[in-house]
Amino acid sequence: MSVFRLILREVVHRRTNFLLVLAADTIAVACLIGAMTLLSADDIRTTEILQQRQEEVDAAGKALEDEIRKSMTKLGFNILILPGNQDLHEFHTRGTLSETMPEEFVNRLAESSIVTVNHLLPQVTSHVEWPEREVEVILVGTRGEVPIMHRDPKKPLLEQVPPGQMVVGFEVQKKLNLSKGDEVTFRGKKYTISETHAQRGTSDDSTVWVHLTEAQELLGMQNLINAILALECNCAAQDRVAEIRDEIAKILPGTQIMEVGPPALARAEARNRAKKEAEEAKAREEISRAQQQQQREAFAAILVPLVIIACAVSIGLLTLTNVRQRTAEIGILRAIGLRSLQIMAIFLGKSLLIGLLGAGLGYLLGFVIGVAGGELPASWETATLLFDPATLVAALILAPCLSGIASWIPSMLAARQDPALVLQEV
Amino acid sequence: MLLDADNISKTYRGSVREVRALENVSVAVDAGEFVAVCGPSGCGKTTLLLVAGGLLAPDGGTVQIGGKDPYAIPANERALFRGANVGFVFQQFHLIPYLSVIENVLAPAIAVGGEDRRERAEHLISHFGMTDRMHHLPGQLSTGERQRAALARALLNKPKLLLADEPTGNLDQENAEAVLKYLAEFAADGGGVLMVSHDDAAVQFAQRSVRIHAGQLVTA
Repeated sequence: MSVFRLILREVVHRRTNFLLVLAADTIAVACLIGAMTLLSADDIRTTEILQQRQEEVDAAGKALEDEIRKSMTKLGFNILILPGNQDLHEFHTRGTLSETMPEEFVNRLAESSIVTVNHLLPQVTSHVEWPEREVEVILVGTRGEVPIMHRDPKKPLLEQVPPGQMVVGFEVQKKLNLSKGDEVTFRGKKYTISETHAQRGTSDDSTVWVHLTEAQELLGMQNLINAILALECNCAAQDRVAEIRDEIAKILPGTQIMEVGPPALARAEARNRAKKEAEEAKAREEISRAQQQQQREAFAAILVPLVIIACAVSIGLLTLTNVRQRTAEIGILRAIGLRSLQIMAIFLGKSLLIGLLGAGLGYLLGFVIGVAGGELPASWETATLLFDPATLVAALILAPCLSGIASWIPSMLAARQDPALVLQEV
Repeated sequence: MLLDADNISKTYRGSVREVRALENVSVAVDAGEFVAVCGPSGCGKTTLLLVAGGLLAPDGGTVQIGGKDPYAIPANERALFRGANVGFVFQQFHLIPYLSVIENVLAPAIAVGGEDRRERAEHLISHFGMTDRMHHLPGQLSTGERQRAALARALLNKPKLLLADEPTGNLDQENAEAVLKYLAEFAADGGGVLMVSHDDAAVQFAQRSVRIHAGQLVTA
């Protein structure tokens, strides 16, 4: 015979009392675990939503960036690096560049540690007659991109025009009825049309592109260029242009920089605006979720302790009822030699047993409520995600402690009962 | 001397009045002696039994059980001492309702351990003719069987002194006689029995008797 066996026998005998105390303990644990699981589910959902928002922001940014990249390719240039003595009035009014600078400038730029420019295209450009076809065109000579040495190679935005080939703008192609593969003679030199551009609505429509060296020869400008086109500069904002200007001025003193392609800038600004709005939406979502979380936490912070206190009081009262029911039993146990600590152990042992069972049942109940009632879909995956062994262990420790504390005073009263008084009364 | 209660006085102090339950009462039980304390209800018999059993400290006088004063030792040690040296039998049996007969008989083993408790419990149950009732709950027993189970429980730890408070009060004549014979048998085997009863027929089984009236010993 042992105290534990005595406890088990009594539990079976007085099932109602046992089940009521167990229910109180289970409710206390379920309430706590339920609240914790719901808050945890809410946390996970918040993280998911914010991650989703971030992905949307990234995707929007990427899509716009890609779009802008393409549009920049079509639109031409972002930055023109021009000889220092070039009259910009000439460029703005006539669209031509009469001053030159050494072609070597582009190499110097490419070999520098420039960070504000991504693609470099040296070019010569001039309004010329196409005597064989009796038409005036803008001749652009380009040798393709000069790779920036200290960078990882980037995919070129513009393919170079190979020697002996010519790319023609929409108006030139239309006026001269040219198509891809046609052989033409331009200023005494034979070219094959390698590409015809669709209408762009800019001066590109009246332009023909040939290889840089051939253009230099045609224009008598060997080893000279009119401009360096810097594409995809980090010039989405106005102040960035100043940065680019400063950086280039240090490498190529005596040159001047001109921003081109306002539509590209507008698109870049639009991109920035879209990105900013997406980021603001994400921030608003973050604030809203945080407020909801705070409200739930505040609610749980009031409700959970109240329920736990109510359950603890219930456990204490039910244990007191149990002590009163067992007055005669306590008297006889004391008479046959049980010490007060052993009497206390009988009642506290029962409470701990109930606490342990209540922890298991309460955890299960609270967890199911948390999984089923949370913001995440009720599924096995959600359960796996939300299950926290540390919480289960804590429940298995705290619930017996709760019922032990709640039934401490009734157990003390039982232990301090005077057996003589009890035996005289019953 | 197994029990020597000398000059015992005990007063219950309530909020309204005081009740003088015992006044200079002395009673002694030797080994092999069956002593009855008789008297009308409320005369102080049960108080004397509780004082003698180390359950209720007297206001005056001394108690010696096997030469040891139970009230001179701390409460927890006294409980252990009581469990090892004194057996109690009550009118209401006080069996634990949710324990079977064998478990009730074994209950004192919680307080005082020891080897062969189970064998001794089974032996006692057999001795009292209740082998077929061993796994029954008290509620399934007759009153005579309940008192025999209570006797078996009182004897588990082989006490030298048995204290019986109206042990036949709830029994029919046949069962009452059986219980009294067991008590007499215990005394004949060298134990000491102090029984309180208001039943003159029960007192006949004792070797000697004392009478209490209004808390005072009137006949020796």
